[in-house]
Amino acid sequence: MNRTPLFTREARAISYVSGPLIFIQNVKGVSYGEIVRIILPTGEERTGQVLDISKDIAVTQVYEGTSGIDNKDTRVRFTGEPPKVKVSIEMLGRIFNGVGKPRDGGPDIIEEANLDINGMPINPSARDKPADFIQTGMSTIDGLNTLVRGQKLPIFSGAGLPANKLAAQIARQARVLGEEEKFAVIFVAMGITYKEASFFMRDFEKTGALERVVFFMNLADDPTIERIATPRCALTAAEFLAFEHDLHVLVILTDMINYCEALREISTAREEVPGRRGYPGYMYTDLASIYERAGRVKGKKGSITQIPILTMPDDDITHPVPDLTGYITEGQIVLSRDLFRRGADPPVDTLPCLSRLMNLGIGPGKTREDHRNVADQLYASYAYGRDLRRLVAIVGEEALTDLDKKYLKFADEFERRFITQGDENRGIERTLEIGWELFTLLPVEELKRIKREYIQKYHPAIQKGS
Amino acid sequence: MIVGAISRISGPVVLSEGMRGSRMYDVVKVGEQKLNGEIIRLDGNQAVIQVYEDTTGLKVGEKVSNTGLPLSVELGPGLLSSIYDGIQRPLPLLAEKSGSFISRGMTVPGLSHEKKWEFSPRVKKGDRVTGGDVIGTVTEYHLEHRVMIPPFVSGTVKDIRAGEFTVDDPVCVLEDGTEITMMQTWPVRKGRPYQRKMDPDTLLVTGQRVFDTLFPVSKGGTAMIPGGFGTGKTVAEQTLAKWSDTQIVVYIGCGERGNEMTDVLTEFPELLDPRTKRPLIQRTILIANTSNMPVAAREASIYTGITLAEYYRDMGYDVALMADSTSRWGEALREVSGRLEEMPGEEGYPAYLATRLAAFYERAGRVVCLGSDDRKGSVTVVGAVSPPGGDFSEPITQNTLRIAGTFWALDTSLAYRRHFPSVNWIKSYSLYLDQIKDWFATSGFSDWKDLRARAMYLLQKEVELQEIVQLVGPDALPESEKAILEITRMIREDFLQQSAYHDIDSFCSLEKQYWMLKVILAFYDRVNQAMGKGVSLVKILKSPVKTEIGRMKELTDVEKIKDLITQIDGTLGALEAER
Repeated sequence: MNRTPLFTREARAISYVSGPLIFIQNVKGVSYGEIVRIILPTGEERTGQVLDISKDIAVTQVYEGTSGIDNKDTRVRFTGEPPKVKVSIEMLGRIFNGVGKPRDGGPDIIEEANLDINGMPINPSARDKPADFIQTGMSTIDGLNTLVRGQKLPIFSGAGLPANKLAAQIARQARVLGEEEKFAVIFVAMGITYKEASFFMRDFEKTGALERVVFFMNLADDPTIERIATPRCALTAAEFLAFEHDLHVLVILTDMINYCEALREISTAREEVPGRRGYPGYMYTDLASIYERAGRVKGKKGSITQIPILTMPDDDITHPVPDLTGYITEGQIVLSRDLFRRGADPPVDTLPCLSRLMNLGIGPGKTREDHRNVADQLYASYAYGRDLRRLVAIVGEEALTDLDKKYLKFADEFERRFITQGDENRGIERTLEIGWELFTLLPVEELKRIKREYIQKYHPAIQKGS
Repeated sequence: MIVGAISRISGPVVLSEGMRGSRMYDVVKVGEQKLNGEIIRLDGNQAVIQVYEDTTGLKVGEKVSNTGLPLSVELGPGLLSSIYDGIQRPLPLLAEKSGSFISRGMTVPGLSHEKKWEFSPRVKKGDRVTGGDVIGTVTEYHLEHRVMIPPFVSGTVKDIRAGEFTVDDPVCVLEDGTEITMMQTWPVRKGRPYQRKMDPDTLLVTGQRVFDTLFPVSKGGTAMIPGGFGTGKTVAEQTLAKWSDTQIVVYIGCGERGNEMTDVLTEFPELLDPRTKRPLIQRTILIANTSNMPVAAREASIYTGITLAEYYRDMGYDVALMADSTSRWGEALREVSGRLEEMPGEEGYPAYLATRLAAFYERAGRVVCLGSDDRKGSVTVVGAVSPPGGDFSEPITQNTLRIAGTFWALDTSLAYRRHFPSVNWIKSYSLYLDQIKDWFATSGFSDWKDLRARAMYLLQKEVELQEIVQLVGPDALPESEKAILEITRMIREDFLQQSAYHDIDSFCSLEKQYWMLKVILAFYDRVNQAMGKGVSLVKILKSPVKTEIGRMKELTDVEKIKDLITQIDGTLGALEAER
């Protein structure tokens, strides 16, 4: 049952409107962060949130935009509550807008709980260590940058690169070896086009996973400011499903750059001192309040794994958004235009990629004992091969030593056979096998990163010989 | 008690009226929920307060009450193996009270006031004691926790007790009636006093080759680790926390990831200190203020951490303090400064950034502690810096550079090729080389400085040669220079690279480091000699002894590494004879 407040505070008190902000005058008892209903003269109702209050003015951001708001007849009503979202297990298979209202034409959900979208920080001592290897079926991820449950691993993409395809493939193939557990996917669209959103929808439909997916859609033509609330609503739902219903939730957030643009828009309208490239100085903290909601909690079965997607403007990894994201998330998967042009599919540039939690999810009993060594060796050899390419461009291949020519060949084959896999769903064993096949291109004594016993045990040439 | 009322709320910053008479940095309780806050500006009747908790739901007009005390920590037995938030609230207790998520307005004491400790006195009735004197000891895990007279207190012992006490029970009474307990409280923004500072002349042994041999930091020194994301700052900080030869480690997770703290919490109880063979957690204090926890408490966490470190220093111990990351602390300053509408300095940081940074790093040092027995203790500070875009010209890196004694520059391109620790040997430096030269000599490594200088010379030479190779190809180099390139590759791969996760290599004793470098340089000398006698470089490089050198890391027996020198001599001698 909904509680009806005994009284409501309603006023015609808007004094100033600028961009997404309205200033409300002479109000008493307003609380910081509370939700405001704005009733336009036409009868339309909009939602806003209080950002700053002083004795006589409450600065409020309007989620749906300020067009049509006047400073004479528009009324505001204070609800006294922080922004909340209704959550329920019935959300699975449904489509919601950016603030958690159904947009698929279906009825409202019957809520199990009505939760504050800002959540609360997880107590670091109550966190459980992420440790379960998630097999995504992608060699570049499983083999070199392993994803584990409870991790946040973003995909850094560039305009026109197939990040969506990769994310959809991961969502489709991801599973934990040796168990069938309840999972759910929460798909959060922020400012992406209808075409991109429908790509995901079709993909989920094709694989029959649609009834395990919750969509939160704020598309490109939806109100910008709503985007600030979208990931928070979605993650509140994720926390509910993970920690109350024991589901393993994978949250795909796309595109974080649009979220940050919205953040910048509000910051500018508030006339705050800008940080780098006009983004607000608190963007790190703000992004952290989204990304840090991934994880596992002691005593709860479920988990939240995040794959945020962000498009690097001009492929620049030092742009504030990918930069701050990289500082918060536990690694990154980077797509490269160069590899894309050469036809690598997926065009994952393994050198700048990283998974910080990899070591927790690999090794004997999880993947295989030689996994760490193989990954290190592949990295080192490929990096050296790539360096040689630059040298070849200057002095020509003839000037190289025989050994260096082998490395060059290694780098080419690595891209052709290890990185490229198309729609294939590769098991971890197969991924490691390809790694070992590539090592046959190099002399055995070059495999310094691998323990001798593993070379004896796994090297194809030695296997054949014995 | 001064009680005011909220007049404005903007994020973590709250303005309160009716606060006249308050002092700067007094702790206040804000609103009905009694959120913790601290006064950071006074303006007539108004006080500006930074609130350590989320301010959502506060209203204008709610009560603000001043406690009249500065932000302080509780110091006494029970600190070790604790995990605190930025204002010394034990996180496990918060979890007990409010579940897995941190809710607001909770006050929990930093130390347990119920637990009883076995106190054994060291002074007797009639002894004259002054601030810093040890009056007795408590065993905290294996550590002798020295209970001291608080600074600025002195007198004659009238009564001293032995037995089990809580931290609130007086264990000693002075003639003038002053009761001394095992607990002291100390304001975090004020450094704890000492007699005098000493020159840092002892190496902080970290077990990491690139740190100890090439760019050492001394006990009581300061070091900074800047690097873009993914260069391994956190791994480096955690490695240092694991293997540093100090009795105490304070690890501050300042605005970083929650899972990293979990990592430390689950890993440290299992790992053993290579020297004491005790679980590492028993010498560690963790301060966790993760990036999604309130920003103002992040600002305080650095001070909380260093005050705890100073307390153990005052007992006469060596303490290492890891701050990961000071950039997040700087950003917290910037955020609060922005809300105060202060005139921004470079990149929006407040103009007092440099002063604050310097004041923090200067609390490091090797000192003669207060007290009549002239104990010596040290606090070494290692601060990670996270420059945006990996660009070292940004204000926090630049301001820290002016203060830190050792600079470990982490390099993105080294990290990309998985050269870890990704310390760039050309950009990094240590200002402690001369001061600790004698320490190396007395520890039996008299030619350390020469070995280091030779290695550095070769690495520098490699950069020049690489430039030539980029232009004309490797074939154009004479044999002797090709040999240099081979040797530097060995130095890089076989010496500088060190895996933090390898079961043997993650900790490398100083002796092993010394001999590893010595072997590589001996190889270089012998190669030159052999080439002088006409042996071709290609042939030498094919010899199995080179592979053996590449596997030195995996050896635990230093004697076997020493043997390599004879082995090198034998192999190359044979090659010479073949000619």
